[in-house]
Amino acid sequence: MLNTKPAPTTARDNLISQKVDTLPPSGIRKFFDLLSSVEDVISLGIGEPDFVTPWHIREAGTYSLEKGYTMYTSNSGMPELRRELAHYLELHYGVNYHPEHEILVTTGSSEALDLALRAIINPGDEVIIPNPCYVAYPADIILAGGMPILVPTNEENNFIVRATDIEARITKRTKAILIGYPANPTGAVMSKKEAGAIAGLAKKYDLLVISDELYARLVYGVEHICFPSLPGMKERTILISGFSKSHAMTGWRIGYVAAERRFIQALAKIHQYTMLSAPTMAQMAAIEALRNGESEVEKMVQEYNRRRRLMVKRLNEIGLPCFEPKGAFYAFPSIKATGMNSEEFAEKLLLEEKVAVVPGTAFGPYGEGFVRCCYATSLSSIEEALRRMDRFIRKSRLNPA
Amino acid sequence: MKEIFEILEQNARATPEQISTMVDKPVSKVEKIIKQAEKDGTILKYKAIINWSKLDKEDIQALIEVRVTPQRDVGFDAIAEHIYQFPEVYSAYVVSGTYDLAILVKGKNMHEISSFVTEKLAPLERVQSTVTHFLLKRYKENGEIFHLPKEINRRLPITP
Repeated sequence: MLNTKPAPTTARDNLISQKVDTLPPSGIRKFFDLLSSVEDVISLGIGEPDFVTPWHIREAGTYSLEKGYTMYTSNSGMPELRRELAHYLELHYGVNYHPEHEILVTTGSSEALDLALRAIINPGDEVIIPNPCYVAYPADIILAGGMPILVPTNEENNFIVRATDIEARITKRTKAILIGYPANPTGAVMSKKEAGAIAGLAKKYDLLVISDELYARLVYGVEHICFPSLPGMKERTILISGFSKSHAMTGWRIGYVAAERRFIQALAKIHQYTMLSAPTMAQMAAIEALRNGESEVEKMVQEYNRRRRLMVKRLNEIGLPCFEPKGAFYAFPSIKATGMNSEEFAEKLLLEEKVAVVPGTAFGPYGEGFVRCCYATSLSSIEEALRRMDRFIRKSRLNPA
Repeated sequence: MKEIFEILEQNARATPEQISTMVDKPVSKVEKIIKQAEKDGTILKYKAIINWSKLDKEDIQALIEVRVTPQRDVGFDAIAEHIYQFPEVYSAYVVSGTYDLAILVKGKNMHEISSFVTEKLAPLERVQSTVTHFLLKRYKENGEIFHLPKEINRRLPITP
């Protein structure tokens, strides 16, 4: 018989933790709902590669299933994968990590970030983050019991956080600086000098640096500076990365942390109680990605670079000034000249021309006046999207709001 | 420079303007390189890849292994040239292994191909033997996959 009684209610109004209750919903979520009401949209709002994971990597994943690798692995990840990671980090960035004690394999770099923050934050500790930034940074800091301290970045300084701006916000409670370069949503890449300035601060004030380098492989004509490779930085940096962007493996949920043993031990403690181990199939695929994935990575980077040049040039042509992003796969043009704010712009563009971009404010208050356009999509889609945006801007000039 | 040709190989209709943006070189330079390549035979031709099965006009194709007697001074070249000039021959290669020439032939039907083999190819003096393999289904040709399943969008329209 069906139970037709209403579900029992409770008088308690504190069923949801205050921390979660007051956490603002992701700015992207709101837009997602609007988007699903419009058909035939060209989306430049996606934050993942349009390539499917290279076949040899997928094949390694299915082979692992065929062979019955369906059990947990060691908490820290398969020893073979950690060895490959240590080798990879040394080969590309000249940083040395002990595969047994200094590397932890995680369920995507998102888990890695959460672990790092939870492992280091005491209630009320402050973590400094440049803004605009990846949507999860402030939220993850709050969930870990810390206080996100936002440092504005802008097009004048190419969206690279300035050491003086950080220094002005350092207090007794400051525990760490969280940086993510190459950056989502701006595409900014930090130079050695800029990174060195932040390293200097970390030393001067005895701060930790959490460096999210998920987009490290996607740089165009510049070198990626691996933060722990800077002198004296390995001992105070928690390096976070993964395979999602470099090897087009977002859905596999596989990432890693590299840091000194004391940090890895702390992170692993949380990881062993919460995640146990990263997906085994994804770990097997990641081993293959590291062993034989280079040529595919290079091919994808070359393809992104062509699309990047096309998008940046067209954005500037149609009157949306865009600083040149040297990394990731995003362009972050200014829409200030249109007189609209970024949410208005994104909403109208979607409804009138069926092109989706992400309002800059989804990435924090300092994203106002910008929108994020992802160029990890086909050249023909980019061209068509830019044609529509051109039309949209001309129209809005004729009929200003 | 290689990149210009890679782009054209993927899309022969890419304009010099588009290519110039993609490779970050002036249009005039891209145009010059393409002109030169057309002249010196680096670019042989611009063709479309047609999926004839969509029109129900698909040719029959066969891969033929040919064993030949090489000739003094010219090796396989003379006999290969003799063979590839037949219009039925679509592609021709000298290969290593148990036979010498691999040729792809096209015909409207099986009869056309078999008469080419029995009346033209096999009787050639320097041809020792032939083995004909009729192609049953095309999966991939020149890097392009045929019979692609309908494009499905696996990505969510907005992700962080």
